[in-house]
Amino acid sequence: MSTQTAASTPEVQKTHLTIALAGNPNAGKSTLFNLLTGLNQKVGNYPGVTVERRSGRTTLNNHTTAEIIDLPGTYSVYPRSADEQVVVDVLLNRNSPHYPDVVVVVADLNNLERSLLLFTQVQDLGLPSVLVLNMADLAQKRGLHIDTRKLSQALGNAPIVTMNARNGEGLAELKACLTENIKPGTTPFYEVYKLAPEAIAEVKYQFRRHNYYEAYQLLHHGEHLTFLTPAEKEQLARLRSQGNIDTAALQMEETKARYAHIQHLLDTVLTLPEESSQASFSEKIDRIVTHRIFGYFIFLGILFMVFQAIFAWATVPMDYIDLAFSQLSEWIKDTLPGGLLTDLLAEGVLPGIGGVVIFVPQIAILFVFIALLEETGYMARVVFLMDKIMRKAGLNGRSVVPLISGMACAVPAIMAARSIDHWKDRLITIFVTPFMSCSARLPVYTILIALVVPDRTMLGFINLQGLTLMGMYLLGFAAAMGSALLMKYVIRARKSGFLIMELPTYRWPRWGNVLITSYEKSKSFVVEAGKIILAVSIVLWVLASYGPGDRMAQAEQQLRTEATIGSQDLENQVAAARLQHSYAGVLGQGLEPAIKPLGYDWKIGIALITSFAAREVFVGTMATLYSVGEDFEDDSTIKSRMRSEVNPETGGPRYTLAVAFSLLVFYAFAMQCMSTVAVVYRETKGWKWPILQMAYMTALAYVSAFLVYQTLS
Amino acid sequence: MKTLDQLKPGDKAMISNLKPSDLTTKLLEMGLLPGRTVRFNFKAPLGDPISVQIAGYSLSLRLSEAHLIELA
Repeated sequence: MSTQTAASTPEVQKTHLTIALAGNPNAGKSTLFNLLTGLNQKVGNYPGVTVERRSGRTTLNNHTTAEIIDLPGTYSVYPRSADEQVVVDVLLNRNSPHYPDVVVVVADLNNLERSLLLFTQVQDLGLPSVLVLNMADLAQKRGLHIDTRKLSQALGNAPIVTMNARNGEGLAELKACLTENIKPGTTPFYEVYKLAPEAIAEVKYQFRRHNYYEAYQLLHHGEHLTFLTPAEKEQLARLRSQGNIDTAALQMEETKARYAHIQHLLDTVLTLPEESSQASFSEKIDRIVTHRIFGYFIFLGILFMVFQAIFAWATVPMDYIDLAFSQLSEWIKDTLPGGLLTDLLAEGVLPGIGGVVIFVPQIAILFVFIALLEETGYMARVVFLMDKIMRKAGLNGRSVVPLISGMACAVPAIMAARSIDHWKDRLITIFVTPFMSCSARLPVYTILIALVVPDRTMLGFINLQGLTLMGMYLLGFAAAMGSALLMKYVIRARKSGFLIMELPTYRWPRWGNVLITSYEKSKSFVVEAGKIILAVSIVLWVLASYGPGDRMAQAEQQLRTEATIGSQDLENQVAAARLQHSYAGVLGQGLEPAIKPLGYDWKIGIALITSFAAREVFVGTMATLYSVGEDFEDDSTIKSRMRSEVNPETGGPRYTLAVAFSLLVFYAFAMQCMSTVAVVYRETKGWKWPILQMAYMTALAYVSAFLVYQTLS
Repeated sequence: MKTLDQLKPGDKAMISNLKPSDLTTKLLEMGLLPGRTVRFNFKAPLGDPISVQIAGYSLSLRLSEAHLIELA
């Protein structure tokens, strides 16, 4: 509350407030947040938890600025997901510098009763609270009337602002209201003291809390609160057991009592429209969208459109980004004095950054579509349609979006799993999403399939190569489903999954919201994933550019002295020889015994190592290894090189059907994408899951590739 | 005892009680209070989950969750 004291002398000092936005999901909280902060947003993480912390700055008037914290949507102060837990952690942590001076509770005026449950709880915590009645235009259209003066009186004179966050109506009033000195409520809406007088009084005294409800909340949440010390948690647990406090029963009683009180109150201040017998607009859409046949067709149709758009619209900017980065590398090589730093920049750092930035068009477009589907309310229907199918595999209806997005790129897909409120379901989704065949696997699949599968048509229209490619996508999907099923039995969860979800009314999307969301998510991808990708790229560059002792130089020298061939071919051979004697080459040769049972030699071993950065590097590495030179865009050259590569042990071709299929299966299953590792680390807030995931996927890839090779050869 | 999962599309009924479970308070919070009228909207194409109208909005829940809600 330190900043509140500054408000007492506003004429001399600038005031800075911390304002938290709370509210039910779909109440328009994010719209209000975007309205207040615009692009002045910052995405971080709450300490110790996986949930992202969105905050932003705004100016309230000439001498008041505010940090706005967008709390995750919640229905009460009793959390069920990691998202909701954050709300309680923020609202109860008095000693935190981020403890809010004011809480703005955003309510959908059309759904006031449910919002008031949360509002009265927040207010009872002793926090100065403002009630925003959002979507007033819609309510008015429906013929709903509210007596805000009377409602405010009944809520301890809490300030109430009527708004339409979608078009900004009421923003000035809200800002003006926030600069006034808002006082916390004095009489609690719900009297909690009588439930357990001794324990509550004890906690209030011991933890220096301002009122009984706050003390009761500490007692209730106890060990789940992240900011308490182990000793404090123990103390709360002891008080709870001494007082024989059945938290679940008390919570139920409280919810019922609050609702009874709220219902009574709303009877006097709210005039509801006559319930019309006609189906509403939303109901009419739902009849079509959740139709037993059309429902799935519409969903598949939308999916198809999204993918068409991603591949159609992203290709051009991706090509330009590719071109720009390679030209920049070349320019650096030409302009800067030759040396270590130039090489590192041109061959390590820039391609590393380029490798991140190239995915931005796909990610941004994907996020635009996801935000659109969420804004309109259609996403909730997709969850509704798919829940039963997904549940059979140990997933949740909400897993559909990440799995589909995974076919473009696993990184944004894993970020999309945030919408899953149940932690176990979300974790399984994150765990299996990388099995979906992403666009980076496509170049690897294409070249290997072209090597061994004849370009023939079956039954006149089915292309064998196309069929194999589709088979690879199905294989990835099957692996995702199978692994989810396995995880379902392995992971134990304290709470079971559920799907009690509001189906919001359909709304026209707000482009501002859609674009800001897409921009923020793309930005955090570039920054967060970029840091790790950059680091690993540099390591890989060092491994591929340096070798133990002077073996690299010797090999190069030998080639140059024996040279009888043209200069271009010589340079290619030199590059290949250098790679062979580099640390990466040595590693590849060291790896050979392990990968021999899969049918691979040390050259493929190098490709496997470099592919850890990103799968598509396979083609580039092969190109360098078989000394085709830099121009590996030309697939036919590398294909013919690979085809003519001889296995010295058999005398036959290196890439037999068995080897190619073994490689295909390996690339389908193995976790060879540091961007994904980075994002799983970020989303699960630790190394446990990314490491387990990598071990599991690599083991599965190894065993499957082994079986494929041994069966086919 | 009739429960919410047994209603047909369009049916209305009054909630009499919630069977005690881990989800009781969640259901209460979402407005499924004893004494309230609830209307069955529609089922998902595969029969589960379902959509109901309660307290002026539409809520979806699984059959197993609807089974916890007893009707008068």
